Amino acid sequence: MIIGTAKESYPADEALLTTAPQRVWMTIFVIALIAAPFVLSNYWLYLACLAMINVISATGLNVLTGYTGQVSLGQAAFMAVGAYTVAYLERSLGTPFLLNILAGGVIAAAIGLVVGLPSLRVKGLYLAIATIAASFILHFVFVNWTAVTNGNSGATLAPATVFGIELATYDRLYWLIMPFAVLLVWGAANLFRTRIGRAFIAIRDRDISAEVLGIPLLRYKLMSFAIASFYAGIAGGLWAYLFRVVTPESFPFLTSIFLLAAIIVGGMGTILGGILGAVFMTLTPELLRVVVDLASVFVPDAATLLSPVRTIVFGALIVGFLILEPRGLTEIVDRIRRFFRLWPFRT
Amino acid sequence: MSKGPARLDVQGVTLTFGGVRALNDASFTAEAGSITAVIGPNGAGKTSVFNCITGFYRPTAGRIVLDGEDITKVRPPARAARGLARSFQNIALFHGMTVLDNIKLGRHAYMKTNLLQAFFYAGPAKREEEALRREVEERIIDFLEIDHIRNKSVSVLSYGLQKRVELARALAMQPRVLLLDEPVAGMNREETEDMARFILDVKEEWGTTIVMVEHDMGLVMDISDHVTVLNFGEVIASGTPKTVQNDPRVAEAYLGSGDPQALVKRIEREMAS
Ligand SMILES: Nc1ncnc2c1ncn2[C@@H]1O[C@H](COP(=O)(O)OP(=O)(O)OP(=O)(O)O)[C@@H](O)[C@H]1O
Ligand SMILES: [Mg+2]
Repeated sequence: MIIGTAKESYPADEALLTTAPQRVWMTIFVIALIAAPFVLSNYWLYLACLAMINVISATGLNVLTGYTGQVSLGQAAFMAVGAYTVAYLERSLGTPFLLNILAGGVIAAAIGLVVGLPSLRVKGLYLAIATIAASFILHFVFVNWTAVTNGNSGATLAPATVFGIELATYDRLYWLIMPFAVLLVWGAANLFRTRIGRAFIAIRDRDISAEVLGIPLLRYKLMSFAIASFYAGIAGGLWAYLFRVVTPESFPFLTSIFLLAAIIVGGMGTILGGILGAVFMTLTPELLRVVVDLASVFVPDAATLLSPVRTIVFGALIVGFLILEPRGLTEIVDRIRRFFRLWPFRT
Repeated sequence: MSKGPARLDVQGVTLTFGGVRALNDASFTAEAGSITAVIGPNGAGKTSVFNCITGFYRPTAGRIVLDGEDITKVRPPARAARGLARSFQNIALFHGMTVLDNIKLGRHAYMKTNLLQAFFYAGPAKREEEALRREVEERIIDFLEIDHIRNKSVSVLSYGLQKRVELARALAMQPRVLLLDEPVAGMNREETEDMARFILDVKEEWGTTIVMVEHDMGLVMDISDHVTVLNFGEVIASGTPKTVQNDPRVAEAYLGSGDPQALVKRIEREMAS
């Protein structure tokens, strides 16, 4: 039980984790992250890798859409840019994998800058449509620029190697993907402790008065686009090493919607929201599958009967969240936290 | 740090919206370190003048001069960097943020943290943020007596407190000229008196030039050094509170009759209430 918190000094108040329970939870979480590869089965490790890739991409989108208020439906296309960059570098130059992944992020960010240009003029749905248009243009490039992308047949690549060890199994890939996810989420959280993050939120809330405070709109909107696509590019690069084949259909337009849904379900404009949303969206279909598998022990034909139901339940869950908890999963976590903070004095 | 108060000249500014002439050849000067009130009936063009000064609107003709520099063509963020800060008639705080973050935003243009430093919250970024926090706490939050709400979301605050947070944010901009658009509108008497005290203290302790649009005649006559009266976009009178009060044209604009005594009476009534 902690009733409120009295913070001793300003620096302590400016820290990322300000209360003891927060630090305890973080410690537990870090232990879980480190223990995961030793306890999870191969299949769940694969899902963990995929979830973390989605966490990276969703966090980037959250910076742009949740924090800066610029709706984008192009995140999947930027993931594809990262994946193709990695595939190309790995296949034709054989450069080190860390460099390839970084290059994926940088090139995606550069394209993001261009795609973000209309944001100075258009907002909301119109901007979303501009990003959709960019997605389709990029898709066209992936299909037709065969010298680089190998067109519709796709590009296969060798696994990443460290000191001659191939990162080809999920328990090894986990150690590649997890640190990236941790670093990028931590970095995103840091942004919002500084003037840059505050400027993003100001632009989201009231762009005109942001300008009077001395915030150049175009520069910050473009910066936000670049960050979002950098995150997408890194996520896509990691994805390429996870699946080791990239085709124009690897990142369908649906993935962009999936990521937008993730931050809405998780909670727009909160770091925790991007994480929770991406994990929820990645794992729920699998959990529902486990349920169906369990049911098939008792019900013959459960698989054929229930598989379509699974999709419907997934959709219903998303809609349910939007209606019951418009501020997302983060709000539920907050409520639980408030409950324990004041308990048993007030509930 | 701030370079002291600046003098502001509005020179022959004309502003038209389609057929509407919001400002017509309006001129006035705010002397460095003084409080200048801009008054006038509703729709007289007071907010429009502010919008021209901060660069929201580009005047059709005329110039805005800050300490001798013509800033008519300078973009709003660059004007902020030159020391122009304002509060808005319809409060323009950022509702998704706490009071503290809203105030910190005022300092944006003076900060140096770049994207890479922010990402790692590395040395300079951390130092800059902590220094800002300390200064905001010690110079602004204590000064305006808003310690108890620093971590609240601005959306839950009363109107009077929101106005005070807006002033706090404007102060964080280290203004050389502070523009206040109706700082006490909608406030009760006690809040109005607090605000009057804060405005005077800002002038004394921060040495800032203040330009204020206000309908509360009591406040205007009480604290301003100089009053400019606008009517239908034109400056109809300028001078000390006393001379302006006794100007028949001002009485005409306010009361529809050219009797200064009626206006003086009204002002006395408002000051007493
Ligand atoms: N963006 C705009 N587009 C068109 N007309 C405008 C615009 N802004 C102001 N006006 C017009 O300009 C004139 C002056 O408006 P302004 O807001 O400057 O008045 P004000 O003196 O601030 O009034 P109040 O005391 O009601 O705040 C009004 O006739 C108003 O309708
Ligand atoms: Mg006005």
